[in-house]
Amino acid sequence: MKKKTEKIDYIIALAGNPNVGKSTVFNNLTGLRQHTGNWPGKTVSNASGNYIFDNENYLIYDLPGTYSLNAHSTEEEVARDFICFGNYDVAVIVCDAVCLERNLNLVLQVLEITNKSIICVNLLDEAKKKKIKIDLVKLSDYLGVPVVGSSASKGKGMKELVKKISLMVKVKTNSYLKIDYNETIEKAIKTVESNINNVNLNKRWLALKLLDDDYELINSLNHSLGYNIIDNELEEVINKAKQILLENDITSNNLKEYVISAINKKAEFIYHQTVTLGSINYNQKDLKIDKWLTSKWTGIPFMLALLATIFWITIVGANYPSSWLFDFLFSIDKYLKQFLEFINSPTWLIGMLVDGVYRVLAWVISVMLPPMLIFFPLFTLLEDAGILPRIAFNLDKYFKKCYTCGKQALTMAMGFGCNAVGVTGCRIIDSPRERLIAMITNAFVPCNGRYPTLISIITMFLIGGSLGGFTSVISTLLLVGVILIGIFMTFLISKILSKTILKGYPSSFTLELPPYRKPQFGKVIIRSILDRSLFVLGRAVIVAAPAGLVIWLLANIDINNISLLNHCANALEPFANLFGLDGVILMAFILGFPANEIVFPIIIMTYMATGQIIELDNLEALKTLLIDNGWTITTAICVMLFSLMHWPCSTTCLTIKKESKSWKWTLISILIPTITGLIVCFIVSHILNIFL
Amino acid sequence: MFKPNLKLNEIAVGKRAIVKKINSNESIKRRLLDIGLTPGSKIECVLSSPSGDPKAYLIKGALIAIRNEDSNMIIVEAC
Repeated sequence: MKKKTEKIDYIIALAGNPNVGKSTVFNNLTGLRQHTGNWPGKTVSNASGNYIFDNENYLIYDLPGTYSLNAHSTEEEVARDFICFGNYDVAVIVCDAVCLERNLNLVLQVLEITNKSIICVNLLDEAKKKKIKIDLVKLSDYLGVPVVGSSASKGKGMKELVKKISLMVKVKTNSYLKIDYNETIEKAIKTVESNINNVNLNKRWLALKLLDDDYELINSLNHSLGYNIIDNELEEVINKAKQILLENDITSNNLKEYVISAINKKAEFIYHQTVTLGSINYNQKDLKIDKWLTSKWTGIPFMLALLATIFWITIVGANYPSSWLFDFLFSIDKYLKQFLEFINSPTWLIGMLVDGVYRVLAWVISVMLPPMLIFFPLFTLLEDAGILPRIAFNLDKYFKKCYTCGKQALTMAMGFGCNAVGVTGCRIIDSPRERLIAMITNAFVPCNGRYPTLISIITMFLIGGSLGGFTSVISTLLLVGVILIGIFMTFLISKILSKTILKGYPSSFTLELPPYRKPQFGKVIIRSILDRSLFVLGRAVIVAAPAGLVIWLLANIDINNISLLNHCANALEPFANLFGLDGVILMAFILGFPANEIVFPIIIMTYMATGQIIELDNLEALKTLLIDNGWTITTAICVMLFSLMHWPCSTTCLTIKKESKSWKWTLISILIPTITGLIVCFIVSHILNIFL
Repeated sequence: MFKPNLKLNEIAVGKRAIVKKINSNESIKRRLLDIGLTPGSKIECVLSSPSGDPKAYLIKGALIAIRNEDSNMIIVEAC
């Protein structure tokens, strides 16, 4: 990890199409010196990291993968703004050797903006298998910038890349790649170009953007300049130039098309000059897997089986480490107490720190850490192998019926790990309307903080005691059932939103299905532990510690011999009863707002009325405790449903605020799952009470 | 045999075609051009999702899913 005090000598921007192995290049360059990436909090990029070469410190920003800089989606906007106005020394554009022609599109767009670029033609190993030959020297000649060939997953070409970067940062040039447009557009560009002053950008390119009425870009530019670039004089010139265009039937609409086709033409030309093609066929092995994963009869069952397998491995695998951790952490607390007594701490402080803060922390860690350490790597392996886009492909039709798009399946999948991540992930969705819907409904997917609760309740109440080895299998199936309810609600609410407050039609949808790649197991495990598990755990600990304190205080401050916690629970009781819950449960959900993980511990703690979380030997003892406090199968089912559908945790809410830039939508994102959950619990509890 | 106004969504899985014209609205058209679906390029229908929509096409070396309602706006020539 990099210390903040370290001096940064150069800043590198890493750009490229999605699925070209950009993050592999990034990981190779930075090793483990990365800042937590792929998580909310970074606005510039997915991740950043640094490396040292020749005693100089290079900071790399890994920009979101994009096909062009036309800014169709928020991710593209982020990438474009950084390329245009970011304060970097060199832009490295990573390309896929297998589909270089399309990649050249982005390359040419970047080279129009900055000539301080290096092209990294990655995946040469995959290209070689397809007998695609690329003349890198010739490519470099055509583009006017250095080109490096690489197979990043094998570490090939990285040394050369680092070296070329170190040479490039010291070069000062100000010539830009020129793309030839037709005579009229050239004339219009020249008219505007000569009137742009004081801007450190390619004026030719900027002139084109001004003619193009690219308001978002102009806004970003004005923002970075601190004043409006278009003064009266320039506006007059722009209008004059637009007149020239109009006289030749070029409107602001088809100007974009002329520009894109000019770039496409150049890309095509360079491609034909530098690449000799072997086979253009789709990989036959991939095709076989694809047929299984996406065919009419096997597609959806296979996805469900995959989901079940992952949860089964997580449940079975986490069981033992979880109880070991539990035993260990709860065995230390008496030493902590002894130590605090030894240094003469007052009793109330010991109670507060050990029974309050420490025990809640110990519970959160032992319940969360093992499943996370299993779930996140498994999930990352799926991501790396290229399975997830196929799931979006299979489900798009159903999302389209709800007037949204299949990419929502990807953000839902991210939500299994952490809803805040799922919400940030919604940036991949182009249409702002569909993106909001995906953000609002993400909470319907149970995150990592919630399924330990779901699993415990399933095991205690829904599975008869002695099923032996099948217990885990049946738990898994029931958990998948619960998740399917969540997915169903996602569809239902998406559709209702599309018909009411977020009216609109589904937009277009293009999704790349990348070739299957063997995941790099070792790296995946290290990465997912460092980036994801520890991050989520850290966050949980940060919120659980003060929450533990508050809960301890509530449980230990008595008014009329009844604790504050019980006072609150009693006040909530009649309301909670309407929904098949009790006051304690509802109180626990409210106190669990900072982190869903602590909901169940609070319930247990309150029932025990001890004011502290105490160790329970096994689930049987826990079940007895719950039944003694009035739990029935109806309560169990309603708690599960409410856990699935209630307000998102505080981190998720803040992320929604940040991503939607609106308190209104944040409030709606809290209300919708909560109201849905209450309605469902109300109906289910009343129906069950008739039959049971 | 040349069929006028053959649409991309009419191309069966495993068959190839050449893109002639994109009739989609501006924003979809730009998106399609960005991913390499340019007039004159060769394209193959490789996969169909379980429900038959969307379908995945091999475009300039990459497999890309497009919804039928969008491919319906793309005029192609079978080859």
